[in-house]
Amino acid sequence: MPTTTYVEAIRQGLWEEMERDENVFVMGEDVGVYGGAFKVTKGMLERFGELRVIDTPLSESAIVGAGTGAAINGLRPVLEMQFADFMACGFDQITNFAAKCRYRWGQAVPMVIRAPAGGNIHGGPFHSQNIEMPYVHTPGLKVVQPATAYDAKGLIKASIRDNDPVIFLEHKYLYRSVKEELPQHDYTVPLSRAKVRRKGSDLSIITYGWMVHVALEAAGNLSREGVSVEVVDLRTLVPLDRRAVLASAKKTSKVILLHEDTLTGGLGGELAGIIAEHAFDYLDGPLVRVAAPDTPVPFSPILEEAFLPGVDEIEEKARWLHRF
Amino acid sequence: MSVMAVAQLRTEIDRDLCQRLLYYMLMMRELEERIELKLYRQGKVVGGCYTGRGQEAIPVGSAILSEPGDWLTPSHRDMAALLIRGITPKEILAQYMGRATGLTRGRDGNMHMGCARRHCVPIISSIGASIPVAGGLALAMRYRGESNVVFNYSGDGAASRGDWHEGLNMAAVMRLPIVYLCNNNLYAYSTPLDKQMVGQDIADRAAAYGIQSEVVEGNDVLAVYDATRRAVAHARSGQGPYFIECKTFRMSGHSAHDPADYVPKSLREKWSRKDPILMLQKYMVDEHAADERDFVNNRRQVLAEIDQAVEWALAQPFPDPATLEDDVYESV
Repeated sequence: MPTTTYVEAIRQGLWEEMERDENVFVMGEDVGVYGGAFKVTKGMLERFGELRVIDTPLSESAIVGAGTGAAINGLRPVLEMQFADFMACGFDQITNFAAKCRYRWGQAVPMVIRAPAGGNIHGGPFHSQNIEMPYVHTPGLKVVQPATAYDAKGLIKASIRDNDPVIFLEHKYLYRSVKEELPQHDYTVPLSRAKVRRKGSDLSIITYGWMVHVALEAAGNLSREGVSVEVVDLRTLVPLDRRAVLASAKKTSKVILLHEDTLTGGLGGELAGIIAEHAFDYLDGPLVRVAAPDTPVPFSPILEEAFLPGVDEIEEKARWLHRF
Repeated sequence: MSVMAVAQLRTEIDRDLCQRLLYYMLMMRELEERIELKLYRQGKVVGGCYTGRGQEAIPVGSAILSEPGDWLTPSHRDMAALLIRGITPKEILAQYMGRATGLTRGRDGNMHMGCARRHCVPIISSIGASIPVAGGLALAMRYRGESNVVFNYSGDGAASRGDWHEGLNMAAVMRLPIVYLCNNNLYAYSTPLDKQMVGQDIADRAAAYGIQSEVVEGNDVLAVYDATRRAVAHARSGQGPYFIECKTFRMSGHSAHDPADYVPKSLREKWSRKDPILMLQKYMVDEHAADERDFVNNRRQVLAEIDQAVEWALAQPFPDPATLEDDVYESV
C-alpha cells in the first residue's frame, strides 16, 4: 500500500468532500491555476471548474467575509489563508461576524478556514507563527490541528461537514515530513476527541500539532531510562476533550503541558487551570508548561532552534518532574 | 389600449407605489420616534438607539424593489428595509426591548437584527464589514445560477474601512450582482466628511474600482427608486455591481444619547427643508391631487399600529437566563 503525506491527506479529504457535496467550494489566494502555495488545491480547478475553485485578490478580510456570506446563503466554503499569520487581516470578520452568527441570529456558518501554521521551516516572524489562541478564546469557533496524515484527512472531512465555523490549522513542517498508509474507505475523525498516542504511567505530556512528534521522540528516549511517558494528542483545541485531559492527569498524576506556541496566554495555561480545578487531589507534582519563549519567531536557524521547544528541553523537564 | 388609458393606468400604478413608499417612510419615522423619544426615555428600551431620521427615503426607495430571492444587508439607519421584507413593528420592538421574541432573542439589541427566512443579514457593528459579506451572498447566487441580487447598505463612515475597499474591489473583479446603497449623511458619529476623505463623492471611489456608479438626491425617494431600478437591472442581467451614493443628512445624533451639538445649526436647518416625507407628500399633492387629510389619516393609522405593537412587545417575556449558553455551537 502506498503511503500518503499529511499535505496529500488534506488534499484528498478536501477533494472527496468536493465530490460528495456540490455546495463545497474553495476560495483563496493562488488556489486555482497555481494549486495553492503548498499545493493543497492542486488539480482542483481542472476537476471542479472556476465556479468552485476561486482565485481571489489579496484580501484576507474580503475572503473571510465573502466565505461567511456564501455560507449564510447555503454553500460550504473552504477558505485558504496562504499562511496562518495573515489570518490576522481577517480577524474582524472571523471573530466579530462569523463566530457570532449562530448566537446572534441563529444562523449557521458552515465554513472552514484552512491555515498553514507553525515553524521549523525557517519562515521567520511572518510565516511561522502559531496563532490558535485568539480563536480558541472566541466563543463560536472550533479550532483543529492534526498531527498525523490519518487525522489530517479525517479532520478536514469532519470540519467541512460541521455546521460551525472551523479554524483548521495545518502544520507546515508536517506537510511533507509525516506520512502513513490511509484506509481506502470514507472516514472522518470527530472534532471533539483527543487521542492517546503513547500509553505511559509515570507522567503525561499533553500537546498537539508538530509537538506530538517531538513529545513521542522524547518519550521514546525516556523509556530507555525507565521513565514511562504518556503522550496525549488533543487534535481539536475547541471543542476541547476535557475528559481525556483529566483522565490522563489522574492516571499519571504528573503533567507536562507542551506547545509550540509562545508561553504566555498559550493553551498550556488553560489546560493547567482545568487540571487544577478538576484533578488537583490527584497531582503528585506541579503542572509544568513547556512552550516557546515570549518572542516573535526568529528566522536564523540557530535562533529558531533555540526558540522552538525541543526534545532535550522536554526530557530535562520530564526527568525533573519524574523525580519530584 | 388608448394613449389616454395607458396614461391613466400609469398614474394609478404611480399612485399605488407612492402610497406604499409613504407608508414605509412614515412607519420608520414614527416607530423610531416612539423608540427614541418615548420608550428609550422611559427606560423601556436600553442600550444604543440609532435612528435614520431624515434618511428614510434610502431604504424605502431601494428595498421596495427587492424580490423574495434577493438578500439585504441593512445598516443601522435602514429600519424600513426590514419592514419591507416583512419584519413587523412588533418584532422590531421586542428586539429593542431585549425580549425572548425579538429577532435575536435578546442576544443583541436595537437595530442589530436580521432574519434568514426574510433574507436580511443583521448589521455587523464594525461598519463596512458587510461589504465583503454581500459579496459572498452574491457569490452563492451566481453559484446556483440564480438571477437574484444583494442590496448592501452602508454609510460614509464605512468608506474609510479597509473592508469596504477589499469588498468593492473583489465584487468588481468577480462581477458580482450587488447593488450598494451608500448613505452619505455627512457625519460619521461626530466626524464630518472632510475629516474622513478628500473630495465630495464616495461614488468616485467605487468608479475607481471599475464599478458603475451614480450620485442621487438621497432625500428624494423617487430619485432613489429610479436609480435602484437602473442598478438592479444592471446587476440582475449579469453586468456586475452597481454603486449608488445617496446624499442625505442625519437629522438626529449618532445615537439617542448624542445631542449632535457639533453640527452647525445652519446645516441642520438647510436639510430640515428637505424632509423626505414632506417631499413625497408634495409630489403626491401635485401629481395625484392627494389631500392633506389623507396624510393625517395615513399617520393616524401608522400610530395606531405602533400603539398595538408597543402594547404587545411590553407583554413579551424576557429570555430565560438558563438559555445563556445555548446556540454558541450547533447542539448535537
